[in-house]
Amino acid sequence: MLAEKYAERIQRTLSKYPDKRSAVMPMLYIAQEEYGWVSPEGINEVAVICEMDPTQVKSIAGFYTMYSEQPKGKYWLQVCTDLPCALRGADEFHKALKAELNVQEGGTTADGMFTIEHVMCLAACDKAPMLQCNFHFHESLDMDKMKTLIEQWRSEAAQTK
Amino acid sequence: MTQHIIYREKDIANIHQFDVYTQNGGYDGYKKALSIKPSEVIDEVKASGLRGRGGAGFPTGVKWSFIPQNEPIKYVAVNADESEPGTFKDRQIMENNPHQLIEGALICAYAIQATAVYIYLRGEFWDLGHELDKQIDDAYKAGLIGKNVSGTGWDIDVYTHLGAGAYICGEESALLNSLEGKLGQPRVRPPFPAQKGGGLYGEPTVVNNVETLAAVPFIMREGAAAYKVIGTEKSPGTKIFCLSGNVTKPGNYELPLGTTFRELIYEHAGGIADGKQIKAILPSGASGPIVPATDQVLDTPLTYEDMDKIGTVLGSASIIILDETVDIVWAASKMVKFFKHESCGKCTPCREGTYWLDKVVDRILAGQGKAADVDLINNVAKNMAGTTLCALGDFAANPILATIRHFPDDFKKHVDVVQVEESKPAVKAPARAGGAAQGRAGRASATSPTSSGD
Repeated sequence: MLAEKYAERIQRTLSKYPDKRSAVMPMLYIAQEEYGWVSPEGINEVAVICEMDPTQVKSIAGFYTMYSEQPKGKYWLQVCTDLPCALRGADEFHKALKAELNVQEGGTTADGMFTIEHVMCLAACDKAPMLQCNFHFHESLDMDKMKTLIEQWRSEAAQTK
Repeated sequence: MTQHIIYREKDIANIHQFDVYTQNGGYDGYKKALSIKPSEVIDEVKASGLRGRGGAGFPTGVKWSFIPQNEPIKYVAVNADESEPGTFKDRQIMENNPHQLIEGALICAYAIQATAVYIYLRGEFWDLGHELDKQIDDAYKAGLIGKNVSGTGWDIDVYTHLGAGAYICGEESALLNSLEGKLGQPRVRPPFPAQKGGGLYGEPTVVNNVETLAAVPFIMREGAAAYKVIGTEKSPGTKIFCLSGNVTKPGNYELPLGTTFRELIYEHAGGIADGKQIKAILPSGASGPIVPATDQVLDTPLTYEDMDKIGTVLGSASIIILDETVDIVWAASKMVKFFKHESCGKCTPCREGTYWLDKVVDRILAGQGKAADVDLINNVAKNMAGTTLCALGDFAANPILATIRHFPDDFKKHVDVVQVEESKPAVKAPARAGGAAQGRAGRASATSPTSSGD
């Protein structure tokens, strides 16, 4: 249960706002952290905490791209392919990355390690190609750097198993 | 330029640290503000001529003066949602000189006698938002934020709030809705955010961009007159120009307003990459009209008033450079896809219009369009402009209206191919548009299984 496990963080967050509903976005992040995605039970728990209807919580989760409405790979790679990045090779990079990991757009690798999708502008246009992995930015990439990162993540995951 | 007003990290190492910031005049502007009447602070900012750096260019001091004095609860909402394609300036401010934003927000809060400041960061600034919390704590510990600041009897709190990936939340009324835990969709105005009933939780609220507020400490510390000598009469001060695309040295350049495109691109950013020729400029990301890079355009000073003269806008000055090899129809398609994904789905012209623009531009780009298709998208775009609750409808029309106006030959090349090939029976009919269920518009009702739209 989120309410018990994250009691202190939830309380601190709720204290920022004059009403509970305002905390729905940070609460959805907590639910995603706990369950790996905004699962039905996560939605229901957030609804109780924020005194909202689960349907309202679900509509918030669906509106924003950073809430995952289905399970993702351990590493969620979001590549910016918007115009400024695309002018600096982001489309080719995105394509090569999918080929490297043998995965389709929006798909997850068979071992459950990587999900790849393209996203809209991430405010890093001068450092294209770039991506965010589990909300952390990686910039000025090429496939060589990417292969090193993938190896790093693989060994990191092997260690935490 | 010898000295930076915003990007002071270029002149002073480690200015992101509280101690270094305060040793170099940091929070002096705030302390000066606290020693005078709130109305005098507003007068000083008015006198500086500072205009909103988020895109609209509205005079900042005037905006603050709209807040009614007699309301007990008032808010400052800092717009750190930076999401326009080509914009990455606010991020650098918050990474390298965060206390200057906090100080600017506090000066604004004191001037309108606000009760709280909410800094709304786009969710992707996840690491940055958590760092900013620490910087805010430093200011609390120093007694700059909290109860009875400097014995003035005024209480203030500062909080960060992370969004979760929605361009529309940079629109001020959508930002307020998002902060309230509602869908990030624009509100009907009036009432405006500054008015009772129109702001955060219905209370009068100033919504200012990060760069705008980061300019305020200098104005308070050095005085409006010192600020006004920089830039032009109607566009005073420095501006951060975010340069991206086909330039040798993309990046953020803080320069006086009035700098020309030519100086920016060729003197500061090393010219066009790979020795190519420049073809076009998007002065304000995807949302402002494109302009061909003629000599006249290149020699135009970057000011609010001069951009108007060449039929475009300064906006947030997210300048995207396109070289001679770029197909403008491809660029238009990229921008249309952005707006299709980011339309919040509230207003029909934008929700449906972006969808249809995307379908037909793709058809043209695939060599399956007809000359009439170019007229069709022009017509769809015209019917979007000015018909929506927020400016996104106009923004989304620009990638079509301005590209067709300035680069008709790029479109003609694609449809000409079709006219030759039309006798062949094998040309596949374009897929039928099935309703706007793939973008945010669809997800607003939580019906779409995709998490990133197209």
